[in-house]
Amino acid sequence: MSPLSSPHLHAPLDTPRLMRLVVAATLPGLVGLLWNFGWGPLINVLLASVFALGWEATALWIRRRPVSFTLADSSALVTGVLLGLALPPLAPWWLVAVGTFFAIVVAKQLYGGLGYNPFNPAMVGYVVLLISFPVEMTTWFTPRELLPEGVALPGLGESLSRVFLPGAQVSPADAFTGATPLDLFKHQTGLLVEQIYAAYPLFARAELAGYGWEWVNLGFLIGGAFLLAQRVYTWHAPVGMLLGIALPAALFYDGGSSESGGSPLFHLFSGATMLGAFFIVTDPVTAAASRRGRLFQGLLAGVLVYLIRTFGNYPDAVAFAVLLTNFAAPLLDHYTLPRTYGHRRARRGTEKIDG
Amino acid sequence: MADQPGRVAAQGLWHNNPALVQLLGLCPLLAVSGSVVNALGLGLATLFVLTASNLTVSLIRRVVPDAVRIPVFVMVIATLVTCVELLMRAFTYELYQILGIFIPLIVTNCVILGRAESFASRNPVGLAALDGFAQGLGFALVIVAVGAIRELLGNGTLFANMALLLGPPAADWEIRIAERGLLVAVLPPGAFLVVGLLIALKHRIDTGLKARAAARGQAAPAASRRVRTTGAIH
Repeated sequence: MSPLSSPHLHAPLDTPRLMRLVVAATLPGLVGLLWNFGWGPLINVLLASVFALGWEATALWIRRRPVSFTLADSSALVTGVLLGLALPPLAPWWLVAVGTFFAIVVAKQLYGGLGYNPFNPAMVGYVVLLISFPVEMTTWFTPRELLPEGVALPGLGESLSRVFLPGAQVSPADAFTGATPLDLFKHQTGLLVEQIYAAYPLFARAELAGYGWEWVNLGFLIGGAFLLAQRVYTWHAPVGMLLGIALPAALFYDGGSSESGGSPLFHLFSGATMLGAFFIVTDPVTAAASRRGRLFQGLLAGVLVYLIRTFGNYPDAVAFAVLLTNFAAPLLDHYTLPRTYGHRRARRGTEKIDG
Repeated sequence: MADQPGRVAAQGLWHNNPALVQLLGLCPLLAVSGSVVNALGLGLATLFVLTASNLTVSLIRRVVPDAVRIPVFVMVIATLVTCVELLMRAFTYELYQILGIFIPLIVTNCVILGRAESFASRNPVGLAALDGFAQGLGFALVIVAVGAIRELLGNGTLFANMALLLGPPAADWEIRIAERGLLVAVLPPGAFLVVGLLIALKHRIDTGLKARAAARGQAAPAASRRVRTTGAIH
């Protein structure tokens, strides 16, 4: 410690510390997942982290880059953790291996490593898995409290054997798998929102949106608030995304008719909304550069999430929406360049500076 | 020049490969390379059209006025494509239906017009035909390679449904390596990924060859004047 008196100037967060903060902030959401879905999410996160670090080390070694120095920035760990959180519980180990391969090797290292990837690595891995293995990727569990009498979520031993020996299972997983709230809501046609809510315990026993899932989303919201307080990122992208989901949802709520797209609260606390808003769309590498740009990017992502959820084929859409808005980041940068001090108006991104 | 035919062949097959270096004809290369049989069908059709069009264009190169050469070339190519289309409809009708619009679209394949314009209209018949054959073979080999990789990764099979192209003897050629595959490989993104990886592989091999030549103390052969869109421009 240097013997200087206050006031001290805080050093800005460096990459490794920032990445570890992000990992720590996922804990409340992870706890929510563990409480509702058993050991699966924890195994996913650990397995995906190990695979992500392994692929990163392999790719760095092949590219003749410093391995231990780059691994220590923990960015591969964050990618692994986020992908692990997004995967359905008890995904077979090869699914995790393929997903992290596409996330780390294809989406990140082939483009040049951290800072050069145009797309969010974790979401690339997720989308590749979702379109390649639709069955495995949509097998979610019924939340613990809603399981029928006499059925329990698999314990640690059974969970491990389901992950590592997916071919050797005697009992099918049907007993404890179930539709997610978004799935359920999407496939109820011709019923009033009230009737859907009354008919299914997933909604009837919920406070905000769907039973279990609302607590997962609250967990990620708490983690996100922590990151905001730590100034890991500004409010622009998350608030933009939440607004982008809530505004169209309010517009199309339709008073709860049979054509309703679901209430804003339902959309905000279902699926991957909070994970996306506070952990995915905030990725500084793939986002627009300015704060205003990030606000618009979040809005765009939110609107896309709502549109795909309500009118598309997939029940949830955070990964697709984030990848599509990553495409839009350069365009957003072009239109949202901040005004330089001393200049009257902002430049355009492609404006000639001299002459 | 005695080694000219050899050099023309090497240009088409490797150094100036239409699919991996010039990046021409990407539309069929990406869209029809979902399986070996599709890729082989389109590759052979392109090979035939390219060889015949180079031959014809070279034959008539002295009688076609410069001002109307492009329409004339297109007429020649369209005629040849129509021949291929009728032949496929007669002998491989099911494959013709699978390939659909991509057979008539061979007319618009930039490799064919590109070779007619840049090579066949300036060179004697024999050399022009050889160039067409080499470029066509280069394209066909790449599209079949892409088709094989995508079929293997995406479906876990190799040479499935070859009977569509080669008749009953090829009915049991299918090799099943896995029960199912990585579906993304047969979807459009897979085409871009596989073609990108093949281009990277070619660069890797070229870099290795150049390093080895340099180690032997020989200067690498000077690159010829050619269309290049990937890699270093010499």
